[in-house]
Amino acid sequence: MPLFDHTIKELEEKIHNKEISVQDLVDASFNRIREVDGEIHAFLTLNEENARQKAKELDESEEKSGKLFGMPLGLKDNIVTKGLRTTCASQILDNFHDPLYDATVVQKLQNENGITIGKLNMDEFAMGSTNENSSYTPVRNPWNTDHVPGGSSGGSAAAVAAGEVLFSLGSDTGGSIRQPAAFCGVVGMKPTYGRVSRFGLVAFASSLDQIGPITRTVEDNARVLEVISGLDPMDATSVNLDVPKFTDALTGDVKGLKIGVPKEYLGEGVDPEVKESVMQALKVYESLGATWEEVSIPHAKYAVAAYYLLSSSEASANLARFDGVRYGVRTKNADNMIDMFKKSRSEGFGEEVKRRIMLGTFALSSGYYDAYYKKAQKVRTLIKNDFEKIFENYDVIIGPTTPTTAYKVGEKINDPLLMYVNDITTIPVNLAGAPAITVPCGFSENGLPIGLQIIGKHFDESTVYRTAHAFEQATDYHTKRPQLGGANK
Amino acid sequence: MANITIEQVKHVAHLARLALTDEEAEQLTKDLAAIIQYAEQLNELDTENIEPTTHVIDMKNVMRKDEPKEWITQEEALKNAPDHKDGLFRVPAILE
Repeated sequence: MPLFDHTIKELEEKIHNKEISVQDLVDASFNRIREVDGEIHAFLTLNEENARQKAKELDESEEKSGKLFGMPLGLKDNIVTKGLRTTCASQILDNFHDPLYDATVVQKLQNENGITIGKLNMDEFAMGSTNENSSYTPVRNPWNTDHVPGGSSGGSAAAVAAGEVLFSLGSDTGGSIRQPAAFCGVVGMKPTYGRVSRFGLVAFASSLDQIGPITRTVEDNARVLEVISGLDPMDATSVNLDVPKFTDALTGDVKGLKIGVPKEYLGEGVDPEVKESVMQALKVYESLGATWEEVSIPHAKYAVAAYYLLSSSEASANLARFDGVRYGVRTKNADNMIDMFKKSRSEGFGEEVKRRIMLGTFALSSGYYDAYYKKAQKVRTLIKNDFEKIFENYDVIIGPTTPTTAYKVGEKINDPLLMYVNDITTIPVNLAGAPAITVPCGFSENGLPIGLQIIGKHFDESTVYRTAHAFEQATDYHTKRPQLGGANK
Repeated sequence: MANITIEQVKHVAHLARLALTDEEAEQLTKDLAAIIQYAEQLNELDTENIEPTTHVIDMKNVMRKDEPKEWITQEEALKNAPDHKDGLFRVPAILE
């Protein structure tokens, strides 16, 4: 059995009993990367020397402490790592080899003795749903390399699915953790907005961005979220609430749980195979003593439009910092400073990033602000209210994570609008600020994973985890592995 | 809302500090028109009396003490810069 088929808890025991060393775990990680990353391109930068050094130190240390002691992990490349290249998969940061500080989440992982194996590929600046917007070689889906892994945290999901690392962190602005996790058959959590500090996350859309864990099991996911959550003086949007012990919520008991199933999530555009898997999942919940009823998110159809206005507007402001002055790549041929800004940005940003900066700048420009940005903020209120109303009567909302399984490479890239509309199931959750998880709930006929999305009330990740865990324990989808590089050893 | 013109696109590109080729400007004119047209559906909704959501979590401003703190040195601040001289970021001429 490959080491990474074990949970963190099981590996912890093996280390404790001296069955394995931390160096064995780190070896397993780099060996697997050597074996399969040429096929899936999940990693942009490896941290091999430091990781091996750290593993040796941990093996030699007397005190084996930390909730993630010796666990190999990967970080999406928009999470800043001190002295370790951070590119956001953009050419404008291609030379950013020496960042000055660690993101708060990275410090927290290190405090618990987790080991950073490397930085993971993504859609440039987290803008995209397929990874085809990476300015490096795009990630491929471990289950079938003719298909995309999803995005934007495609590297984070693919690396976990392929067994290159035990877990990873991604970021989710409109579905960028949940959608790739669903496409790659792993567990991905977007926590409540404010639960996890974003200090050191390169900002895309600040009113929506949230960091979260991608893992193979719900139990591991809950443990990692416990580590990275909490108030941070460096992030004014992080909240001052106690972090519950999410792993204590994994009781397997969902008797009496009230589930709302939005009809908008199972309507037009949802693949019949996906719908069937969700209906089967609801039967599993019934058999476990939960009940479900159809509910409605009346404003769901407006979510995508509101989201693209809000996120692009915020991105246009956030990405103004990439100017070729303090860090990053500067154009070689500029006559004056304005010219230098324009050429550095135009040469450094990819097509989709420019498209969104343009949309955002337009929506915020004089005369259009009220019509677009403010209007979208008002529609956001309506969507938030839709969720609050459902949560008056239900504990969780359940539906598909995505309307379809993973797209074929090249299938969607040429029509931005068509691509955006596919985010209909994930985007409303970001607009509402709610926590949501995806867990594997089936496979299509051609062998691609299907994800079940479970959405909770603000700061009620515990119920989301309990619900996800009960399903996981009653099914075996999470034990299936993609066949990459021959035997999955 | 009126269609997007190529002049508008060029103006917005200037505001965003992007240099577009003519082909890029043409393509973006089409893309933005399509996206904005899609966004126009928001006008189906009456939002006259709806408050905009600027922050999704019910939270008041929390103040901390304003205290100086060691952060990064001048040397560190300059080490990733494309060009620097005498402890400053160096850029092309601002004035002709």
